[in-house]
Amino acid sequence: MTGSARLRVDFIACDGRGLCAAALPELITLDDWGFPIVSSRDVPSRLLGDVRATVRACPRLALRLDARAGGHDRSA
Amino acid sequence: MTGAGLLAGSRRLLHPGPGRADLAGHTARYGPPPSGLGRLEREALIAEVGRAGLTGRGGAGFPTARKLAAVAAGHAPVVIANGTEGEPASAKDRVLMARSPHLVLDGAVLAAELTGAGRAVIVVHRDVREIVGEAAAERARAGLDQVRLEVRTAAEGFVAGQASAVVRWIQQGVPSPTATPPRLAQRGLRGAPTLVQNVETLAHLALIARYGATWFRSAGTPAEPGTMLVTVLGAVRQPGVLEIAIGTQLGHLLDLADGAPAPLQALLLGGYFGAWAAAAKASGRPFSSAGLADLGAGPGAGLIAALPADACGLGETARIMRYLAGESAGQCGPCRFGLPAIAGQVDRLAAGHDADPGLLRRWLGQVDGRGGCAHPDGAVRLVRSALRTFGADVERHAEGRCSGGPAHMLPVPRGGGR
Repeated sequence: MTGSARLRVDFIACDGRGLCAAALPELITLDDWGFPIVSSRDVPSRLLGDVRATVRACPRLALRLDARAGGHDRSA
Repeated sequence: MTGAGLLAGSRRLLHPGPGRADLAGHTARYGPPPSGLGRLEREALIAEVGRAGLTGRGGAGFPTARKLAAVAAGHAPVVIANGTEGEPASAKDRVLMARSPHLVLDGAVLAAELTGAGRAVIVVHRDVREIVGEAAAERARAGLDQVRLEVRTAAEGFVAGQASAVVRWIQQGVPSPTATPPRLAQRGLRGAPTLVQNVETLAHLALIARYGATWFRSAGTPAEPGTMLVTVLGAVRQPGVLEIAIGTQLGHLLDLADGAPAPLQALLLGGYFGAWAAAAKASGRPFSSAGLADLGAGPGAGLIAALPADACGLGETARIMRYLAGESAGQCGPCRFGLPAIAGQVDRLAAGHDADPGLLRRWLGQVDGRGGCAHPDGAVRLVRSALRTFGADVERHAEGRCSGGPAHMLPVPRGGGR
């Protein structure tokens, strides 16, 4: 599993408080409206602990760590 | 729709011909629908749909057999026929439901039988609510189906037709998309595995069940078989809905709409979430995913809008983009704030002053792929294609010159926005 985990944002849940970008600047920046832009690359294993803590700390529970890489299909 | 040319390109069967669209006329035209299928027959029919290569005709193009199989694997599923048609320029689903309501209902009932669903909810644009409701009542009186059919009026709005928005509309009366996962095939309407299929897809399913995969594949291309309904509008003599073989050359397709009365500048392909392409580049191309991919376009929901040479493409794009910004469900920050910001920049480009193309590109990049649904991605695709196709106009507008007048060619509902 390590090496193929990626960060995802549920933008419906997210309201742009920005805690994640402050906690994890290596992987998360903010767009011009204050919403997180997460790195599309695999999370480096050295950061996995920080990432899990940040996911837990999101007040909107809008961040998640997807164990398997790949796009998501919205058609069904 | 004009009857002329509907079948000219393909001689296919989505249209029942001049006869009446009632159940008797429908049965005389197509024969009775297959029903009462046993387990092996159901599996065989799903495999046949897979061999046919039928894909969703709502815009996403997902393989229908895979969706059927995924939902059939779940417990107590439900089927939703999606005739919302939120795209304001598209008419193909409404025309199909008005002309062949029973073909759509056959498909919905079959999809329910194939997945083991006890009911099918038919969500239809208000224009055809009565026709489809009467067709369903006719079937109930005849005792035709073992599946319960419910007809509902669709919500209005551009994003209301997205599969998860349709589910939420039925369940809560809110026509806004929901987050993925969970997938609807696993957990959709009231938690049940849910099959959402566009109404045209279901009509094709009803024909494949009768005539088979080989028949279906006799039109279209080997990679993209079958026919599809398209809405042709703008600068053509006979705008309307046509059934074409997938892969029909775009120039020929415009001829089927009796051609353009004046030279064309560009075509908007797929829908308002689609892409502009220069007419000179596109008209020799097949209308298919493969034929349009390198133009950054695709067949989408079957929209082809012809922009004449004397119209302003930037002006048209600005109008559509303003509309799309207003149609955001407002649930996701990048879409809610980004689309109006982008629309403002496109307005400035069209007006020829105070535009900042660098900022526009930055915002396009910041919005793309960052919503819970496909809406922001579609708006970004449209604007990027306009910058490619009307790039020379951007310079001219900045110098205070515009080659065309406002076309107001593409319908943008008034009082849009949510």
